[in-house]
Amino acid sequence: MGLDILTLVTFFPLLGIILLLFVPKTQVGSIRAIAIIIAFITLLLSFVMYSLFDPFANGMQFEINIPWITAFGINYHVGIDGISLLLIMLTTILSLIAIISSWSAITTGIKGYYISLLLLETGMIGVFVALDLFLFYVFWEAMLIPMYFLIGVWGGPRKIYAAIKFVLFTMFGSLLMLVALLYLYFMYHSYSGEYSFDLLKMYQMPIPMGAQTYLFMAFALAFAIKVPIWPFHTWLPDAHVEAPTAGSVILAGVLLKMGTYGFVRICLPLFPQATLEFVPLISILAIIGIIYGALVSMVQRDVKSLIAFSSVSHLGFVMLGMMALNVQGLEGSVIQMINHGISTGALFLLVGMIYERRHTRMIADFGGLSKSMPVFSTFFMIVALSSIGLPLTNGFVGEFLILLGTFKANTLYAVLASIGVILAACYMLWMLQRVIFGKITNVANENLHDLSGREKLVLIPLIILIFWIGIYPKPFFIRMEPAVKNILHLMQKSGKEKAQNFEELKFYMDGSKASEYTFKPDGE
Amino acid sequence: MNQTLFLIPLFPLIGFLLNGLFLGRLNKKLISLIACGSVGLSFIVGLKMFFQLISLPENTRAIEEILFTWIPSGEFVVSFGYLFDPLSAIMVLVVSGVGFLIHVYSVGYMHDDPGYGRYFTYLNLFIFAMLTLVLANNYLLMFVGWEGVGLCSYLLIGFWFEKKSASDAGKKAFIVNRIGDFGFILGLFIIFWNVRSLDYNEVFVRAPEVFALGGGLITAATLLLFLGATGKSAQIPLYVWLPDAMEGPTPVSALIHAATMVTAGVYMIARSNVLFMLAPSTMTVVAIVGIATALLAATIALAQNDIKRVLAYSTISQLGYMFTACGVAAFAAGIFHLMTHAFFKALLFLGSGSVIHALAGQQDMRYMGGLKRHMKTTYVTFFIATLAIAGIPGLSGFFSKDEILWKAFSSNQGSIWIWLVALFTALMTAFYMFRLVFLTFYGQERMDHHTKEHLHESPKMMTVPLSILAVLSIIGGYVGIPHILGGGNQFEKFLEPVMKGVHHGGEEHALASSGHSAGTELTLMFGSVALILVSIYLSYYLYVKNVALVGRLRNSVSGIHKIIYGKFFIDELYNAIIIRPLVGGSLFLWKIVDVVLIDGVLNGLAILIGDVSLGARKMQSGQLRRYATVFLAGVVIIIGYFALR
Repeated sequence: MGLDILTLVTFFPLLGIILLLFVPKTQVGSIRAIAIIIAFITLLLSFVMYSLFDPFANGMQFEINIPWITAFGINYHVGIDGISLLLIMLTTILSLIAIISSWSAITTGIKGYYISLLLLETGMIGVFVALDLFLFYVFWEAMLIPMYFLIGVWGGPRKIYAAIKFVLFTMFGSLLMLVALLYLYFMYHSYSGEYSFDLLKMYQMPIPMGAQTYLFMAFALAFAIKVPIWPFHTWLPDAHVEAPTAGSVILAGVLLKMGTYGFVRICLPLFPQATLEFVPLISILAIIGIIYGALVSMVQRDVKSLIAFSSVSHLGFVMLGMMALNVQGLEGSVIQMINHGISTGALFLLVGMIYERRHTRMIADFGGLSKSMPVFSTFFMIVALSSIGLPLTNGFVGEFLILLGTFKANTLYAVLASIGVILAACYMLWMLQRVIFGKITNVANENLHDLSGREKLVLIPLIILIFWIGIYPKPFFIRMEPAVKNILHLMQKSGKEKAQNFEELKFYMDGSKASEYTFKPDGE
Repeated sequence: MNQTLFLIPLFPLIGFLLNGLFLGRLNKKLISLIACGSVGLSFIVGLKMFFQLISLPENTRAIEEILFTWIPSGEFVVSFGYLFDPLSAIMVLVVSGVGFLIHVYSVGYMHDDPGYGRYFTYLNLFIFAMLTLVLANNYLLMFVGWEGVGLCSYLLIGFWFEKKSASDAGKKAFIVNRIGDFGFILGLFIIFWNVRSLDYNEVFVRAPEVFALGGGLITAATLLLFLGATGKSAQIPLYVWLPDAMEGPTPVSALIHAATMVTAGVYMIARSNVLFMLAPSTMTVVAIVGIATALLAATIALAQNDIKRVLAYSTISQLGYMFTACGVAAFAAGIFHLMTHAFFKALLFLGSGSVIHALAGQQDMRYMGGLKRHMKTTYVTFFIATLAIAGIPGLSGFFSKDEILWKAFSSNQGSIWIWLVALFTALMTAFYMFRLVFLTFYGQERMDHHTKEHLHESPKMMTVPLSILAVLSIIGGYVGIPHILGGGNQFEKFLEPVMKGVHHGGEEHALASSGHSAGTELTLMFGSVALILVSIYLSYYLYVKNVALVGRLRNSVSGIHKIIYGKFFIDELYNAIIIRPLVGGSLFLWKIVDVVLIDGVLNGLAILIGDVSLGARKMQSGQLRRYATVFLAGVVIIIGYFALR
């Protein structure tokens, strides 16, 4: 068997790590060059994968399933659908951008830094391709280590606190997930007589309601911390503020999507009834996150923590759309995962760029940058506007579909969440006003040099994506539609077998109030 | 079918991209050529399409072009599609025509501004967005234009971004509009989930089938849409951003905050006439909000000293008129007034810009006066526009305003009260507009010596657009001469195919159905004109003949004057009940809930575990005697347990 494209994309960054091991740490230039080239080739490979992907096919593509640890029925089972495809593309793009953006920002421990970033890339892609739950868990945890180092070694003044907080939060969640995973493993054995972690096989397994609830809770907590859903978010601002720019870009851009992806890939199809039971709770937490995140953003003094809290708000939208459990909501949710990665990634890059010049991120230290850095200000404005969902930018498409889907599922939720759209304008425009408008009050801002060629190179692809998704998102929707419908179908199908009152479930799926549906635990 | 419709918004888009991407690298001539040329081309294509449209039979007057699918998500599919029908035709011609004149004017007005290129970049983007708004064939694309014009408004109000007041005003405009957009979006959701489409064609055909007349859903949907309109078109309660928007360059005020963008709400409601006619209660709300806004803004305008602020409140007031028209089901009259208002209000703003230009930036009318001797063209054109807005017969404003007054009185949805308030507002309008003219162009020259020496008429680049607009302000009304004066009201007739929600019963409909005679209509018309003349004379008496009396009057009602001059302190009210609690509450959430509560619990947990571990560590003391003691105690307890069991 030759190397398949998924394995290639996933593990190509590891090749870079091996190469880097042989380069002396004093050869800074070669280290950077290798990291960039490897990330670039990974990106090219992911483009190949994108072009080979059949947008209309149902089910998983490029599937590989070979035994790995046969004694425990653990397989190297990978494959992607439209949702994972888009998230992998996001990962490869942002990884390359993060690596290039570190060119002048990171000056110490360069070798270890790039090794961490490349390791992180493999871990992230791995999570998106894994179809074996054990494999999923391995990648999930593998990601944690390089991120821990990125924050803890190359971070800001309170880096140790932030790094430990990040790891403890995530570990706490993933331990519960491990327990749930093992429970599923044994349950599958008693169901089919076979030991397996295979996710696709487990999709076919009926799970009693009681067990569903506990399993859902365990997985959901792990994912909720990662997303983060309010009130599990407090690690995020600390991690962002302390992380180096590239770390923030990856953290916000991709890592948070692991949580939302986990919900879509595992919680929804495996535990459909438990999901339905938890829809109101998660939706309400998501709405609190939307409004709370926006309000707290408004009063931040550090640009980075402002963006961090705005992430809480945006991810609230992602979760809310998902919980609508209809095509529009779920598709909006998926596209918003991508959007948030692009826009927030770009915002962190931009903040990193002024940080390199001024060594401060305090809003009060800026003002009038439009005068001294017009190009920077233009980019900043475009990205900020995309982040608040201006039409013809990516943010609008996502937010609109999420709210549209939510409105169908629960009108009140949609109305409350829409308030977040107003508040988003408040915090973003206020920040813009204080950073780029006004008179230059601080002499240090007077003679800043505008963006360099490298910096523009890093930003322009993201700007293009902002408008591409805003104006012509069709290619993305076509590719995710079968996947989204498949997940909704799995929920329905499993509901058909399990729910005693399928008509009500179907009714729900078509979008009516969640509260109208009550569950009767079966097997009793 | 040859596709040319998309060219209309495409030209300004190209202009925007060219000027935007090569910002600072083009010379001024080229910038202005690109900017003005692109809008001019749009106007020409629009004109060509207009003639193509009227060559079609009346009931097939609609040209539609679908460019590509924008968002496909399950059954929700929205396209980039343009629709050119009588309503959008009028809007396109007004936007690109008046827009072109203002572009040309701006070449002169902004000549010495260091942000010249940026200015025209934004201006072209605005025209693109505005044309998208009026040409869209579905609500979501309309919303694209809707937010797009809002963005440009934000950028252009804050054009002189170094001024804090300017960037404050821009931000305020955007956020207040977002509140309106919140309603707009929710309205769209109701429409979509009931009609399962956002295309005008489908919505207007299917709406009467899926929505019950006067039902809760359609009432909610239209009220939400109207909330959007109050934001964009500066109506109660969201009008507060427009006066502040005068921080922008004056041509911007003319184009965006008078002639085009702010009328988007009126356009949207006229476009949605089918939906609004299904919700009578919403119509009542629209009429009442419209007339209340008209009255409130006119009152405030009486006491302002800043020439642009007077015009801003006047705009709010006139927009209120248009909404009143919509609210009494006279959508065509609303659009008619929208058009004539675009001419004379753009002219008024450009004229005030010419004045401000001559006075080196002075906007306070207390430091003007006597300008008619120095600025002939500006004065004459400004005077024409004032006559038009005051409703003097023969000028455009007379026809459109009278139409609204008559419909407010005679329509089934109208009432004598609305008519009375509308009339009273018209009298105030005539009064404050002439006050403005008298303070600015008549009387003593109150500017300082230095400014006086530099008084000059504006360059041709500015006065030619003024003259063209003056001509339009005069003749613009003759397309809609009412039946009573022997016209066929061609304007209303032209719009008829779009107003599917309104039942048309031939020429005499308005008279016959409401049981009012031609005599009544004529009496009201002449009566109101007479009163307006009285009002103008009063203004003349107070501000030219007997100036001292004004001061005495003001002192005798100083309390009321203070309230009106302070704009009823609505801004202060909003600040106290919304903005400050919001910021305070947010600080609480951050400092208390986030830092103390959530992190406090978590850090407390960490400390607790640490302390417990610290305690547990003490057991590992390394002292043999203590281990032995514990060991012995354990043995005793176990033996004791088994012995006593």
